Amino acid sequence: MPELFFRYLFFPGFLFSAVVGLLAVWLDRKVTARLQWRVGPPWHQCFMDIVKLFNKEVIVPEGAKITFILAPFLGLAGVTLLTTILGRSLFSLGAGFGQDMIVVMYLLLIPVLALIIGASASGNPLASIGVSREMKLVLSYELPFILAVITVIIKTKAINLNAVLDYQAVYSSCVFSLSGLLAFLVALMCVVAKLGLGPFDISEAEQEIMGGVLIEYSGFLLAVFKIGKAILIHALSLFLIILFLGRDLSPLFLILKYSGILVAVILIKNTNPRLRIDQALRFFWGKLALLGVLAVILSLLGL
Amino acid sequence: MDIKTEAFTKSLWVFHAACSPCNNCDIEILDCLTPRHDVERFGIVLVGSVRHADVLLVTGVPNFKTKETLKKLYSQVPKPCLVIAVGSCACGRVMFRDSYNSPCSVDEIVPVDAYIPGCPPKPEAMIAGIVKLIVKARSKK
Repeated sequence: MPELFFRYLFFPGFLFSAVVGLLAVWLDRKVTARLQWRVGPPWHQCFMDIVKLFNKEVIVPEGAKITFILAPFLGLAGVTLLTTILGRSLFSLGAGFGQDMIVVMYLLLIPVLALIIGASASGNPLASIGVSREMKLVLSYELPFILAVITVIIKTKAINLNAVLDYQAVYSSCVFSLSGLLAFLVALMCVVAKLGLGPFDISEAEQEIMGGVLIEYSGFLLAVFKIGKAILIHALSLFLIILFLGRDLSPLFLILKYSGILVAVILIKNTNPRLRIDQALRFFWGKLALLGVLAVILSLLGL
Repeated sequence: MDIKTEAFTKSLWVFHAACSPCNNCDIEILDCLTPRHDVERFGIVLVGSVRHADVLLVTGVPNFKTKETLKKLYSQVPKPCLVIAVGSCACGRVMFRDSYNSPCSVDEIVPVDAYIPGCPPKPEAMIAGIVKLIVKARSKK
């Protein structure tokens, strides 16, 4: 039992993933700044932001429900569990259980649900616009993302994270086959949307609906959401590594793959203007879903 | 200096409250974010929602409408919060002092922590003003 708590709270759970996730957020800001020929913030900037937010006043808007306060913690708990499962199967081989990939797919939805619940409890009209966009975005990117995961399941003949890693260790990384490459590209675009970055930051849209879903959050509630987002970045990078790049897991290659995925996501973010929600829906259900179906067919043919 | 103050002064999130300005100051404020001046080095970013803000940046001379809005905005910022008046108008109303549609100056509505005069002030002047503000915030606590 104490071992379980240690895993959940320290390694590879909350503390470890929060620190790494906040560093990943810093990498995002730094690379963005360098791409714009700026200097960018120092490495401890995100920690400073979190400490500052914890010392700020928390304003709960009049008429907000109790879910306004509970939602950030729901999201944080869900994403911590997710990162614990992923980290366990990646860092200590053979620690997976049953069909844990399905559990992971469900847990990936919890932070989004928490965001939707919290924002709609705030009673702000701009937040409700953000919520409606967020819901449509979830519906649109889930289809291609599941198709990409199914491709890996067919290729490796396993719904267990460890079995997927074992398969890749024996043969080769999934990304080095035609179907795997297609599925990886599809999953990468879905990850960008899942993180609410890049061309898919439709629900936050700072310049347009002023932070959208997060508009009413202040103080440590906002900090909890920020930490949850940071852990989600960490968790999704780990998930992509497990699914597609699981061959060599020595620390050096792990860090290279990790930062490679992050930089790819950041480059997509910085080179594309924000889409409208209908354009995003068309993109995911049209082009990306077709690519996903193609990847599934290719994997059934054994390519 | 404790970690609270350190973190607060190293991560100032700015909400831009435009109280009927002529837009000159606003353009210069955006200059601070460009590659040449890049205030994100010091953790300063512009935020969209006033609930996320630590600094209320006011430009222009308040008129009867924006006076009420500014009052409301200040009450919506989570404390502790600082207020900066940017531009000669926000600092002292200059030639609009006796105008029929200028009821009061910014510091009669909200407590201003730093004044950055100029028409418009240069980005360097704004950064100098922010440095003074940070020094003040650190010595106060």
